[in-house]
Amino acid sequence: MAAQLTAGGTRRSRLGTWFYGRRTVEHGPITLGHRRVYIMPTRIGMMFAATLAIMLVGSINYVLSLGFMLTFLLAGLALAGMVHTVRNLARLVVVSGRAEPVFAGESAQFRLFVENPAPWVRPAVMVRHDASGAQTVDDIPASATADVILPVHAARRGWLDLGRVSLETRFPIGLFRAWSHVQPDFRCLVYPRPEKAPLPPSSPDASFGSRQAATQGTDDFSSLRTYQPADSPRHVAWKAVARTDDMLTKQFTGDASAELILDWALIPGALDLEAKLSRLTGWVLACEAAGLRYGLRMPGVNIPAAHGDMHRTACLTALALFEPAAAPAAG
Amino acid sequence: MIAAAAHPLAPEQRAVTGRDLGWLCGCLVFVMAPHAMRVPWWLTALSMCLFGWRVYVAMSQRRLPSVWILVGVALLGMLAIGLEYRTIFGRASGIALLMVLAGLKLLEMRTHRDATMVVFLCYFLVLTNFLYTQSIQTAVIMFAALVAITGALVSFSAPHRSSMADLRTAGLLLVHAIPIAAVLFVLFPRVQGPLWGMPQDAYSGVTGLTDTMSPGTLSQLSVSDAIAFRALFKGPAPSPRQLYWRGPVLWDYDGRTWRTGPRRWRTADEVTGGEARFEYSVVLEPHNRNWLFALETAASLPPNSWLSNDGQVMSNAEIRNRMRYDMVSVAGGQRGGEETQGSQARATILPAGFNPRTLALAQEWQRTIADDDAMLRHAIAWLRDQRFVYTLLPPALGRDSVDEFLFDTKRGFCEHFSSAFVVLMRAAGVPARVVTGYQGGEFNPLDGYVTVRQAEAHAWAEVYVTARGWVRVDPTAVSMPGRVDSGMANSVPSGDPVPFMMRADAAWLKSMRYNWEALTNRWNLWVLGYNTDRQREFLARIGFSDADWRNLATMLLTTVGLILVALLAWSLKRLVRPDPVQQLWLAFCRKLAAAGVERDPHEGPRDFTARAAQRFPNVAATIVAVGERYISLRYGAVRRDAELAELKKSVREFRPA
Repeated sequence: MAAQLTAGGTRRSRLGTWFYGRRTVEHGPITLGHRRVYIMPTRIGMMFAATLAIMLVGSINYVLSLGFMLTFLLAGLALAGMVHTVRNLARLVVVSGRAEPVFAGESAQFRLFVENPAPWVRPAVMVRHDASGAQTVDDIPASATADVILPVHAARRGWLDLGRVSLETRFPIGLFRAWSHVQPDFRCLVYPRPEKAPLPPSSPDASFGSRQAATQGTDDFSSLRTYQPADSPRHVAWKAVARTDDMLTKQFTGDASAELILDWALIPGALDLEAKLSRLTGWVLACEAAGLRYGLRMPGVNIPAAHGDMHRTACLTALALFEPAAAPAAG
Repeated sequence: MIAAAAHPLAPEQRAVTGRDLGWLCGCLVFVMAPHAMRVPWWLTALSMCLFGWRVYVAMSQRRLPSVWILVGVALLGMLAIGLEYRTIFGRASGIALLMVLAGLKLLEMRTHRDATMVVFLCYFLVLTNFLYTQSIQTAVIMFAALVAITGALVSFSAPHRSSMADLRTAGLLLVHAIPIAAVLFVLFPRVQGPLWGMPQDAYSGVTGLTDTMSPGTLSQLSVSDAIAFRALFKGPAPSPRQLYWRGPVLWDYDGRTWRTGPRRWRTADEVTGGEARFEYSVVLEPHNRNWLFALETAASLPPNSWLSNDGQVMSNAEIRNRMRYDMVSVAGGQRGGEETQGSQARATILPAGFNPRTLALAQEWQRTIADDDAMLRHAIAWLRDQRFVYTLLPPALGRDSVDEFLFDTKRGFCEHFSSAFVVLMRAAGVPARVVTGYQGGEFNPLDGYVTVRQAEAHAWAEVYVTARGWVRVDPTAVSMPGRVDSGMANSVPSGDPVPFMMRADAAWLKSMRYNWEALTNRWNLWVLGYNTDRQREFLARIGFSDADWRNLATMLLTTVGLILVALLAWSLKRLVRPDPVQQLWLAFCRKLAAAGVERDPHEGPRDFTARAAQRFPNVAATIVAVGERYISLRYGAVRRDAELAELKKSVREFRPA
């Protein structure tokens, strides 16, 4: 997969690329070595320097030896504080967790684990998603892992790369700001935005008699069978499970006859690609909710009719990743 | 796109909490407490009211007062300070102003940015305490204040920690800061201050001798423990009778007060005669006058000083900082040259209409005794016979103070004795003058320094005898020989107030005192007295004889850089404690790799040991055992120390062959 550097055309980001180096996506756990921790004084730090300058001049003028001592001790405090600020960030390990697929328009929840190998707490570490500004501040416990969830707005379908994440801290004295950038190999699948639309009336080559009947038939409970991992939890006979301790799945009548193929060709050609995908997504969700067996047919994609969470995921993934180039002038 | 949220670490975004306020009020009270004893009571009360107001606002969750109210309070405070101190630009009034402003700043403090400014103000207030005292005790107390203030700073950057944790972090930071501070202190190029004119009151409140003497001047000093100067003798120290440290010489008398009058410069020619020659160095406490104290008779002059016509060593500038100078003195020595007629005449003037009984006595003597020398002996003998009492609490004297002292009360302090004696001699036509200074000093056997305190301020007389020049007569010693030989504490009647440090104590107390004083002296010399000259001296001692500021800056940056690198390396090393089991396993793998069996990155311990065991069949059992032990230690549920020791032993002894 291509490295998605956010480095665009602006001077600022070009400067950033030059400064931080063209760092591509990193795989696996990312350790913040001290070489990739940057540090600069904060505005408060500048004011501290000004205070020290005044104190130094005062000490010289009044010939205060202890004034010199105090000024130098505070200068030492700032320098030691700089090292401590770097230390608060160095050697943290960033590990990518899981991001559940979302629909476009929702916010993707990227879960990162920040691991602290040191035997002491790292207080007030901020994790911030650069592009969206999503951020959290956490104390990372000693020899433990903190999990951080970065909500990132998913605007478009397809793979949403997390992009650059910065970690920042000003602990312990607030005079310095230490930060580091990581770009983990971490992406979230974004399904197309579902459109609420009535299901298609018919399909040219699908042999289902009456859609109406099939829809009613889903509510008619016929029998129980043993649970299989692919079955939707919604169809698990929870009451029966409570009685017998066996996982059982409810079966409905009319399954065989009520089969719907959601075909690309059913949608008016006037709609643009994204709108078409949105409508198909809406149909998939509606079929799944209605308990219908359904299939998906698009240029280059043909998923036979089935039912259940895995089938739903497969359909939605196909819709999310649909490449129009693969479609030779559909319609 | 979601708009970028406020930066949660930025201090201007975070509101001040009650806990922060507690930290700040605590720190401010800590650093202001020493000032509270020096400023007028209403100022302390005003500061406390402002703090209380801010705490009330925080507790009742009201709005902070408007800017106009604060400006009003500030103006009122400035007005009151201006009226109290007659200026708002002095040292004392500046500190008073800071105290009021600190309270006002609290009242307009909303975010952590403002709170940090208050922390910086606290640091600055620590500095202002040093304007008054720089003793070891002050340094210790202010270091404690520094830990507290830094704790407050730390608490702002991590709001969820306990106060104890913040204080620990602050302490650790300060401990890490100490080496850097020490290097900066020693190597930072020193500039001799002051850089600009000081406020009028910059050096007020320094005790010491003055250039006038009236009844009560010296007895006031006599209850002061403050140190006037210290002296370190090369070779044997003088006897107590030789410890006359010459200060201002008083010529002019108006019936009550003695004054120095104008001084003239004289050539510092050779000192002749004398019993013993002493070489010594003096560490003089600042006393705001241009007098350098030296044993009588000074035979050398330190740099930037001159000799007055009455034998006092004068510095070109006022002594406003502790200074150190080398001296040579000859006890009992005389400087050549006859006193001018003018000076002789000046030394016989008495105000008209004072002390008729004394004048009558002197005139009676004058009729019977012709010779100055004989007159002197006669006067001394008379003084000795009169059974005077030496006391720090002399009765109050009226207009004819000398008469009353000599004939009525007969109780007095050295100023009474010397003044009366000089008046008596002048009335008898013999030129005489009062000499003030210090007499005595305490020898510290630990570091060899003689410490002279303000309480040892003394006044004696000098009489001009034509053949011998100016002759020292100590009327106090003549009447009360113990004052000079065994110190003041043993001379005054019991019940008189004697400074604590001057009392004769138990041995252990004395030794503790000596230790403390030796420490204080070293502190004064090397910490407080570390100036441009000392820096040069120190650098020469460590081998940089002519270091200019460029060398100093280079050395400074290099050393501080090295300290920082060491600190960083130490910090980072402590961040990862490598697993000992993993280290042993890697060592084991290295040994096998050296023997030709290298572990592939994908190869697990069990596969690898199996392969290595095939390669080295005679140690196969060991190899497999190490692998199994590693697996159980690294991935097992419990780790037993005994097993770790076994692994260590077998890895160490392992020789693939």
